[in-house]
Amino acid sequence: MLSRTADSLFWLSRYVERADNTARIIDAASRLASMPIAYSGDSNEWESAIAACGAREAFFAKHPAATRETVIDFLAFAPENPSSIRRCFDVARANARAVRTALTVETWEVINSAWLDLKRYDSKRMDRPQLNSFLASVKEASLRFDGSAYRTMLRNDVYYFSRLGIFVERADNTARILDVKYHVLLPEPARVGGGLDYFQWTSILRSVSALTAYHWVYRDSVRPWLVADLLVLNEQLPRSLASCYRNITEYLDSLAQTYGKQGPSQRLARSMRTRLKNAEIKEIFQSGLHEFLESFTAENYKLGVAIADQYLT
Amino acid sequence: MPAFNEMVSSEGNCRPGHEILQRWLNGTDPAILATRRAEAELLFRRIGITFAVYGEADAEERLIPFDIIPRILTRREWDTLSRGLEQRVKALNAFLNDIYDRAEILAAGRIPADLIYRNPYYRPEMARLKLPHQVYVMIAGIDVVRVDDNDFYVLEDNVRTPSGVSYMLENREVMMRLLPDLFSEHRIAPVENYPDELLATLRSVAPRSAPGEPTVVLLTPGPFNSAYYEHSFLADRLGIELVEGRDLLVRDGFVYMRTTEGPKRVDVIYRRLDDDFLDPLTFRPDSMLGVPGLIHAYRNGNVTLANAVGTGIADDKAVYSYVPEMVRFYLGEEPILKNVPTWRCREPDALGHVLDNIADLVVKEVSGSGGYGMLIGPAADAKTRSAFAEKIKANPENFIAQPTLALSTSPTFVDSGIAPRHVDLRPFVLTGADKVRIVPGGLTRVALREGSLIVNSSQGGGTKDTWVIDA
Repeated sequence: MLSRTADSLFWLSRYVERADNTARIIDAASRLASMPIAYSGDSNEWESAIAACGAREAFFAKHPAATRETVIDFLAFAPENPSSIRRCFDVARANARAVRTALTVETWEVINSAWLDLKRYDSKRMDRPQLNSFLASVKEASLRFDGSAYRTMLRNDVYYFSRLGIFVERADNTARILDVKYHVLLPEPARVGGGLDYFQWTSILRSVSALTAYHWVYRDSVRPWLVADLLVLNEQLPRSLASCYRNITEYLDSLAQTYGKQGPSQRLARSMRTRLKNAEIKEIFQSGLHEFLESFTAENYKLGVAIADQYLT
Repeated sequence: MPAFNEMVSSEGNCRPGHEILQRWLNGTDPAILATRRAEAELLFRRIGITFAVYGEADAEERLIPFDIIPRILTRREWDTLSRGLEQRVKALNAFLNDIYDRAEILAAGRIPADLIYRNPYYRPEMARLKLPHQVYVMIAGIDVVRVDDNDFYVLEDNVRTPSGVSYMLENREVMMRLLPDLFSEHRIAPVENYPDELLATLRSVAPRSAPGEPTVVLLTPGPFNSAYYEHSFLADRLGIELVEGRDLLVRDGFVYMRTTEGPKRVDVIYRRLDDDFLDPLTFRPDSMLGVPGLIHAYRNGNVTLANAVGTGIADDKAVYSYVPEMVRFYLGEEPILKNVPTWRCREPDALGHVLDNIADLVVKEVSGSGGYGMLIGPAADAKTRSAFAEKIKANPENFIAQPTLALSTSPTFVDSGIAPRHVDLRPFVLTGADKVRIVPGGLTRVALREGSLIVNSSQGGGTKDTWVIDA
């Protein structure tokens, strides 16, 4: 396969995943921001949303303060934000178009119609119902993208590259969401159990669509170290770091098998996966959750570079 | 004189090969034709869904109109035409090999040397370069028209990067689905094997150092090119990679494509990119579409470009006027296909004639194409004509003139019912190292406006399926 084709497939998926993730972050922020001030405390949820999207610098270069209007506009529509939802779909569609013949008709149509559909929205009239409908169609687009790929694509390198894009992006997103909120997860006895933190924890779970999953897995009320355990180490949760790396190694191995050759990206992914499998959440807290997440994000970035070097250029 | 009607002779009789079609047209309710046409459009949207996809907001308007009444040629007519096409392409290839080498035709005084050497389409880079199989033009899309029962005239040879073959193939597919009964009543020569013939042609011209199964790619300028749909369509049908310049690299004089399994050697490049953009190191330095070093690899004989570099000289309209001379000079034969009589304004006598008769002539720029930079004398007003005459006088070498031809007509389904409309034909001629291959048929373009002679899709032209039948 042409490297450019693989590159387009990889980034097509990354951008769809990123758009989905941003939509969930906006959703969670919007929920929390509408809580009575006593529950949400002095933290600015809109500012957290910007941070969780890794866009703090770009945002504050344009806006003096993080308000509902400015953040929604920046994260969802702003053309100058390369990761705004609209830009994500622009890039996703451009990539899909470039590899049109490698995609199934169904998969192409999801991207094309989502792209057309999202043109109907703009930040001017983003009242609550409009915002909900916008976020719902973004999430639906990523569900349909996944579903159509799962149901219609051949299981060959085309599929493997497109799946890899999803999981590399998702790992990055989950790690960042956790890192922005890591302080509320720290076991400081004085704060545990306060109403404030409870809403913060559930909001983290909500932003990765894992609130229900939490209850199924732990059958317990929301506790910070279990939130971290679920999102970092639990392979059952599709958005956990462990699950992402389980998938990444699987698809990289499939590629290695297809091409009959292992390389640096396989080795890197395997060592990441082993680390996650052997880790205990207690140890992670002892040596510092923030430090752990920071190093994870750096390693995940390195993996992206290794994949690009090995296959995409 | 009324134009030659391909279905009905001047005595009102049905011409050979058209009997079944005429009966079918007479016996079919126009409402049914209208339904079929609507279905055809739907099919085009669906089969060729990428037509709409690749365009922007106005994509739907960009479907080229398709006429559901086929254009018919009998096997006998086709045989003459195809012999003429083969002869013509052989002469053109001989000409290109000659002028980039010993230039015997110039030495013999058959073509003025300055017309070649001072021509912007002459590529000095090709001089003295022995092409591996002596083929310059692997793919030609020769535009022919007919004006009577006997003769075909060549309008243009199109030996650079001719397009339109995807319409030939899709028109056939749609017709078979739409009018299966009419189809089965005729014995129609297939065109579906065009992709196989093209691939065989491209493989045959691979460098001698290439492996037994040479790697062929299609080089496109990219998704923003207006013919991109055809590029991806053909790459798909040929089963070859559709590459852009940035997918290729040159190392140690060989061309490689960047793949997920590392660099892979490329032997033949079917390029749909003009000479100027091929290699920034040799041609336009600002080209972002090309491959640095490509011409170096090419000159070393390590990669084949189809078509070769430098074929544009044969598309020059003044050079065109010498093609019958080329047929005589290189093949020692009389040309089977006619040239449209052409006055070369570079010659003083011809210039005088053109200026005196400008109201009756079509004047074209020698390097123009697609209907640009031309004057249709009979259709222009006096002011436009005299302004154009000044342009000719200022730079006579840049112009040629031809009489307006009464292009033949073919029955066409238009708003007012079935009516004759003017048509031309672009058959595709493939020249490999082994032989010449011509798929029977081609792309028929039809001027949908009454009386119009302009078949270009940008100016109200449509297309028809072209049937070569055993009658």
